[in-house]
Amino acid sequence: MTQRHFISLCLLPLAIFTLAFLAIPLGRLILASGESEAGWGIYLQILQTPRYLSTLGQTVVVSLAVTVAALAISTTAGLYLVRNHFPGRNVLLSILTLPLAFPGVVVGFMIILLGGRQGLVNQLLPGYWVFAYSIIGLFLGYLYFSIPRVLLTVMAAAEKIDPALEEAARTLGASPWRIVTDVLLPALAPALIAAGAIAFATAMGAFGTAFTLATDIDVLPMVIYTEFTLSANIAMASALSVVLGLVTWAMLLIARSFSGGAVAAGG
Amino acid sequence: MMRLITRHVPLAVTLLACAFLLIPIIQSILAGLTVNYFRGLSSGLTLKWIVQVWELYSDSIFLSIWLALTCLAATLVIGVPAAYVLARNPGRITRVLEEFISLPLAIPGLALALALLQLYGTVQGFRTSWTFILVGHVLYTLPFMVRSVLSVLAAIDLRTLEEGAASLGAGPARRFVDVVVPNAMPGILAGALTVVTLSIGEFNLTWMLHTPYLKTLPVGLADSYASMRLEVASAYTLVFFVMIVPLLMAMQWASARAQRIMQ
Repeated sequence: MTQRHFISLCLLPLAIFTLAFLAIPLGRLILASGESEAGWGIYLQILQTPRYLSTLGQTVVVSLAVTVAALAISTTAGLYLVRNHFPGRNVLLSILTLPLAFPGVVVGFMIILLGGRQGLVNQLLPGYWVFAYSIIGLFLGYLYFSIPRVLLTVMAAAEKIDPALEEAARTLGASPWRIVTDVLLPALAPALIAAGAIAFATAMGAFGTAFTLATDIDVLPMVIYTEFTLSANIAMASALSVVLGLVTWAMLLIARSFSGGAVAAGG
Repeated sequence: MMRLITRHVPLAVTLLACAFLLIPIIQSILAGLTVNYFRGLSSGLTLKWIVQVWELYSDSIFLSIWLALTCLAATLVIGVPAAYVLARNPGRITRVLEEFISLPLAIPGLALALALLQLYGTVQGFRTSWTFILVGHVLYTLPFMVRSVLSVLAAIDLRTLEEGAASLGAGPARRFVDVVVPNAMPGILAGALTVVTLSIGEFNLTWMLHTPYLKTLPVGLADSYASMRLEVASAYTLVFFVMIVPLLMAMQWASARAQRIMQ
């Protein structure tokens, strides 16, 4: 067997699998979106139908809010954990990365335990405090799985910042706040953009969490799901999937161009 | 004042974030072990909910373990040789190929599942078998295996090692088995643990691909959240934690080890 033959043999399983289960199905999905009476005009129809438009808007707003909140929380916590070594630090770090392996449904259940009818907040506070199934619950659910992903990206970048930069700023008389805004944040900027793009894409496509919590809220994955299963509107479900896939793919391309790695998307 | 802000606010944010993530986990552990969650711990501790979960859902647990192992086998067979080729021939075409097989990381599982369903949904024997779910799991986990192995292989001087083996008379297959695979082992191990962890927790694709007779652990979880009492749902979640948390820790250990070896 020559080297060339062996290389082809090595790629054969991948070629067969990718062609049969990724390339052709995705092609089929795109074609299916144009098979309704509206044809390719279906993409225009998304923009003309108030329900789809408000769904798109709502999904983008929630995802943006989660991205901003996760960046703020995880950058603060990540910088603190990189720069301070104290007993119990590793325990905190383990807790903050634990949800990485949780499927979206489990994250949804965590929010139900906090804000559902039998939830902690409703038991502790007087009055009726049930927010799990509202947009706040959805926001908290997305935040729950975004914090660990952003944290890991930020910490990996923060560990590479030369401590001498910070010391130089300090000896030049910079206040701690100015060190953060003029030294640390600029050094972290590429990682923050990458982490933000990952968080945004994950929130946009999160199905499991929405499936558990968003029974009354129109977010894109839920609308795709109901169009497909309840309305049997295959073309619209396909068209919305294509739009969603393009958005999340573009976001992750941005993330990849700013930092090498990618953290699993799967809320 | 300044010291207060720079030191105590970040600590407070860190602790609050930990509390937000940890409190519901503790709640679900407690709820799964108490007789009546609404009355609290004073109603006593019990294992009856765990037993009930086992009676109702043990099939889903075994199916998930089976799927994770077959998924691992498939990603090893498909991913390791492919990563070797990608590492051996860095260039534009391999870059595009890597980008293409990484699409399932970027495209939401729901969209991938719709694509698979439209193409294979009418193929009777396939649609209703466990291999249909397996395809989804391999699709989603394969990029992790390829990247993990690729990053280790890219860090070593593969060409020199192979030339050494070739000059001693080893053919391509022999070099792959005796030189490439041993050197890639840290990456294979990290990739394998990632694949198993992700496969056991996969929901987004699986929910669309499963049939009523083939429920995986996360599908069963969704089912119990919708229709069971809180104690049973919590006990089931507890069983899931017991499986997934050691896997996650092993995965993080193996990934850190692979990174250390690369440097």
